[in-house]
Amino acid sequence: MLETLKEFFSFTDANVTFVMIGSILIGASSAVVGCFSVLRKRALIGDVISHSVLPGICIAFLLFNSKNPFVLLGGAFLSGWLSIIWVDYIERNSNIKSDAAIGIVLSVFFGAGILILTVIQHSGNAAQSGLDHFIFGNIASMLRQDLYVLSGMSLFLLIIILLFYKPFVYISFDRNYAVSLGMPVRFYDFMLSSITVLAVTVGIQAVGVVLMSALLITPAVAARFLTSKLNYMLLIAALISSVCCIIGTFISYTAPSMPTGPWIIVVLMLLSMLAVFFSPSRGILINKWRQQKNYRKILEENVLKLLFQLCEKTGFKEQEWNISQMLDKRNMGEQQLKQTLRRLEKKGLVEKKSAEWTATVNGVIIGKRMVRLHRLWEVYLTQYLKLPSDHVHETAEAMEHILNPELEAQLETILNKPEFDPHNSKIPYQDE
Amino acid sequence: MNAFWIILTASLVSICCGILGCFLVLRKISMIGDAISHSVLPGIVIAFLISGSLSSVLVIIGASLMGLICTFLIEFFHRTVKIQSDAAIGMVFTFLFAVGVILITAYTGNIDLDVDCVLHGEIAYVPLDLAETGTFLDSFPTQPIILSILSLLILIFVFIGYKPLFLTSFDPEYAIAIGISTSLWHYLLMAAVSVTTVLSFESVGAILVVAFLIVPASTAYLLTDKLKLMILLSCVFGILSSILGYYLAAYLDGSIAGAISVMMGINFAIVFAYTKISSKKLQKIKSDPALNS
Amino acid sequence: MIKQVPNPLIEVHDLTVSYHTKPVLWNIDFSISKGQLVGIIGPNGAGKSTLLKSIMGLIEPQSGYVKIFDKNIDEIRDRVSYVPQRESVDWDFPASALDVVLMGRYSRKSWFKRYTKLDREIAFESLDKVNMKAFANRQISQLSGGQQQRVFLARALAQQTELYLMDEPFAGVDASTEESILQLLIKMTKEGKTILVVHHDLQTAFKYFDWMVMLNTSLIASCPSADAMTEEVIQNTYGGKLPLLSTISNLIKQKNLPIRE
Repeated sequence: MLETLKEFFSFTDANVTFVMIGSILIGASSAVVGCFSVLRKRALIGDVISHSVLPGICIAFLLFNSKNPFVLLGGAFLSGWLSIIWVDYIERNSNIKSDAAIGIVLSVFFGAGILILTVIQHSGNAAQSGLDHFIFGNIASMLRQDLYVLSGMSLFLLIIILLFYKPFVYISFDRNYAVSLGMPVRFYDFMLSSITVLAVTVGIQAVGVVLMSALLITPAVAARFLTSKLNYMLLIAALISSVCCIIGTFISYTAPSMPTGPWIIVVLMLLSMLAVFFSPSRGILINKWRQQKNYRKILEENVLKLLFQLCEKTGFKEQEWNISQMLDKRNMGEQQLKQTLRRLEKKGLVEKKSAEWTATVNGVIIGKRMVRLHRLWEVYLTQYLKLPSDHVHETAEAMEHILNPELEAQLETILNKPEFDPHNSKIPYQDE
Repeated sequence: MNAFWIILTASLVSICCGILGCFLVLRKISMIGDAISHSVLPGIVIAFLISGSLSSVLVIIGASLMGLICTFLIEFFHRTVKIQSDAAIGMVFTFLFAVGVILITAYTGNIDLDVDCVLHGEIAYVPLDLAETGTFLDSFPTQPIILSILSLLILIFVFIGYKPLFLTSFDPEYAIAIGISTSLWHYLLMAAVSVTTVLSFESVGAILVVAFLIVPASTAYLLTDKLKLMILLSCVFGILSSILGYYLAAYLDGSIAGAISVMMGINFAIVFAYTKISSKKLQKIKSDPALNS
Repeated sequence: MIKQVPNPLIEVHDLTVSYHTKPVLWNIDFSISKGQLVGIIGPNGAGKSTLLKSIMGLIEPQSGYVKIFDKNIDEIRDRVSYVPQRESVDWDFPASALDVVLMGRYSRKSWFKRYTKLDREIAFESLDKVNMKAFANRQISQLSGGQQQRVFLARALAQQTELYLMDEPFAGVDASTEESILQLLIKMTKEGKTILVVHHDLQTAFKYFDWMVMLNTSLIASCPSADAMTEEVIQNTYGGKLPLLSTISNLIKQKNLPIRE
């Protein structure tokens, strides 16, 4: 295994080098084009095109009896285009919705492709072997001249996108706005559709017709989780896709019976899942962790508030409180309370004296602030939202943890620093 | 006799798919049907590897579960992870399908299940596989028997659940408002689609079953605005295409399932052209000011 | 101007609702008594439909609760009818007007049974009440917008309940239809039914409704129509949202903060 890895990446085998470069270019161009399809909410259009190129390839082969890449890709390109036109036409001219239109065109074209492919296979034509590579893809066993063509086309795609980057961005984000600017939107639509078809035609060499849509969609989705800037999104998607294409190619290099396409897709999905779950900005596990942290912060603030309220009740004569006194005042789990107190102790916000707890200076500041925000919000609700005073407590419980210092200042100003809350409790200000 | 069994099998697949397809089309989730049909593949392969046969009940249940897992995953990516729904569909089914293909290739020696079968099924071999039940059924092929039972079950399902299926398809919000569990009916429908794709797998493969699900139903949708008639027409178009497709394939010496899908496409195109022409006539009548008052 | 009523039929208690984690309704708190024709009024984006859906239990509130007949909505769904917005469904669906109205006769206990003769009679009666009997067998795709709206209304009538929640039933109907629907609603309230109507037209609102719920993200007023007709109330309803609330809503959405502890 390690030997093959070394051999593969040492570039001593010139063929391997070509395959590598080819996969990188194919992966990158599909991913970049895919970003635009996903952003335009037309992610499945790639699925239609890729299924629909099969009859084109087969018919081109039948007509010219050749496997020249230009002939086959030409056929693929034409039937791919035809499928988009059909989907559009059906949607526009009947009450059939887009999902069904996609399904109809996809399955009928693919059925036609399978029919012609089987006819060719049964005809005993010796040259036909290899046509079925289009179904699951196989870069590793590709001829060098084919690779030249594919790499060239991928490069061409990338250049087109660079040239038309701005208009493509405009029509992907806000088509109506682009129209209002007087841009030739239909022309750019046409361009974008054409490069999508082209990217699919090129990409099926790597992953095959059935799985092609993943090469468009999955890197784009993963990249979207890692950044919210479009130029970075394109770069990241291209990078992810290239890496996966290399890994997939490597696997089918070591085990020639393994189809390249499915491996690329599996690796791609696994890598993308890492992004989806662990992305620092939007990853769902990271979000869960943040929520957990926020929940703890709320608990801590509540306990400090509780200590302040207890002190307030006695007119600050009593400052130390034991667990059962605290639990009497506030309904929470004993275990939870003890854990929270321990965390606060570590942060230097409370101190423990024998069995009793007291807030430190910093702890008092926070507790006081919570009480203040709570009561200010209650005033706000009664004054501005006209709520009865017995209905405001619950929301204030949550809002006290949300209001930041700026909002606090705003609140104080618009309420004109009220002295009492709706329940006639005094509002404690910081400087008092 | 072979022709009869093959056409019968294709027709039965058409009936099962035609009925369920109507609801997929009306709920605008055709592509979820596509996703399910692709993703039962790994389920079938794994179950096949464990049990060594395609027709045991365990395989059917196991593989159908994979279809449901696929819909759960799509829901999860869409609702929890907040990925737009079309992208979620595209990611999930390709991944599951890829896993299936890898498994097939890896265990290629152990199973008589090849990539061709995945793509377009082996309906031509249906008459060869006779039932082994030890009863009078033994002179009949297995597939038509299984598919007849399935058609019957689906008919019963749609007959009994017609009201809630209709309601949740037309106006899910109202359905919830009057206390119908929309997700229950959604998943029941998805389960039915999963079982159907699993059982159709041997005859039409994992991909072309989409044509059976969506194309006849859409053709019927063009022609009628009565749900019951739409379901009936969908089945009729499916059966018609099965018959014509069989002879087309026989004539060209190609894949029968592929030929049937092509016939379904032609069928759709003819009906589409017909409705287009007749609606133009209708528009002419409508735009006639004398009739429009 | 918020008047709480004794023995309310609907009690909305301190309801806060979010849409995509952003609060769109803040601390809504009002009560409605039996036999009223209630208008829910406010500018676009005030949360009128959201309020109706929350009462109907279609949206889970962030905090607060709704009680209808002193019960949770899930216990009394068969005593409440709901008329969704017309745009919420696909009118290309293959169904006739009668098919849609019959949906109102759906019963959870006999979901698998066919509709009875009585169900059909009630459905026809309901269609008759909205002057749509002649269109019973017409396919819904061939109906005009106003006719579709009336079919939705008939479906709710067929449910024969005590409480009706209607989301913009006057949207897209012509003036004479609007008048006839209004007369029907008034007649129904006289029979003791309670009707909540989301309505966007302030001009007609004061004429139409007995009771007004004025919304603008927060509740501005809930009182008899005559009392709501003050400059202050209208100014607060249509004069822009409270800036502090908007800021906080955005903050909550951005940081994905919990409104409930």
